[in-house]
Amino acid sequence: MTQSIVIKPNADAQYVLRLADTCLIWSHRLSEWCGHAPVLEEDIALANQALDLLGQARALLTRAGQIDGQGFDEDQLAYLRDEGDFVNVTLAELPNGMNGQRDFAFTVLRNFVLSSWALLIWQHLASSRNTELAAIAGKAAKEARYHREHAADWVIRLGDGSDESARRMAAALERLWPTTHELFDSDEVDHAAASSGLGPAWSVLREAWLADVEAVFVEATLALPPKSAYRSEAKRGVHTEHMGRLLAEMQTLQRSYPGGMW
Amino acid sequence: MKPSVRPEVSKGNQAVSGEWPLWEVFVRSKAGLDHKHCGSLHAPDAKAAIQLARDVYTRRQEGTSIWVVKSDQITASDPGDKDMYFDPMADKVYRHPTFYELPESVNHM
Repeated sequence: MTQSIVIKPNADAQYVLRLADTCLIWSHRLSEWCGHAPVLEEDIALANQALDLLGQARALLTRAGQIDGQGFDEDQLAYLRDEGDFVNVTLAELPNGMNGQRDFAFTVLRNFVLSSWALLIWQHLASSRNTELAAIAGKAAKEARYHREHAADWVIRLGDGSDESARRMAAALERLWPTTHELFDSDEVDHAAASSGLGPAWSVLREAWLADVEAVFVEATLALPPKSAYRSEAKRGVHTEHMGRLLAEMQTLQRSYPGGMW
Repeated sequence: MKPSVRPEVSKGNQAVSGEWPLWEVFVRSKAGLDHKHCGSLHAPDAKAAIQLARDVYTRRQEGTSIWVVKSDQITASDPGDKDMYFDPMADKVYRHPTFYELPESVNHM
């Protein structure tokens, strides 16, 4: 097996890595639907979104590697880091369903909650002082706007759908809601990014995001779960038990056949 | 011509139970050209049909505009009537504007 790389990123690189890893891991989860979605048309839609997110992850990983300055490229950062060095948000790494069952309701709800958040980040980053990051954000915002719209429509259809679809949406919301705190929980990485003009502290996104999800949940007849004291911290390298298996599958080829191409 | 319908998201049982209706998809490849029929798909409502058509039929930059119409809203000629409807046109060459003398300066008629 190929040796892992060890990266001790500065705050700016860490800020970009959090976004890059979120896009990468979320993309991987969506790619797991390929060939398994409820209908052929949605299978293609989910795979398209996975590829959009992978494209965003590649651009961001490259940028994070440049800012970090140790010379790591996108492939090394994606395939050769160990679990504790990944800094995606927890919501991205949760499995596609619950209790070992793949669940379309959970998937579309995560897609909505995360793409609503991502859209806000991209809109802010479009005016980043880092011009390459601003260019990545400008392109990604268009993709995120579609992801958000497509997912929001599904949340409404399923939330205000049959008894079974409403029950599954409510269960999915209860499962993922506690992990959303992490999306707005600013720390020293955010403060550094905000003061240098690299990007917004994530906490400033909360109000607009909440207004967006609440409006969609009202239409979907979904009730917001009560506040929870649970705090997830994958973006600081403390992952759920699901992350190890995800990385094992994602990284096995490059670990076994270093530099393998096709 | 521009369709004026702004699609709504369907709710209640119609969106999630039973077989989804079939939609015919028409894609305009660039401004100024007409929408061409490119296939069909299943979707729960018109808005989903447009989104899924976008994902299925325009992922390689094939489109700038999409129309969808429910397949059961299209009235089609009966294949059994093909002889009666279309064969009589086979020997009407005079209906093609090929018997006019054109001035030299008109090259591309």
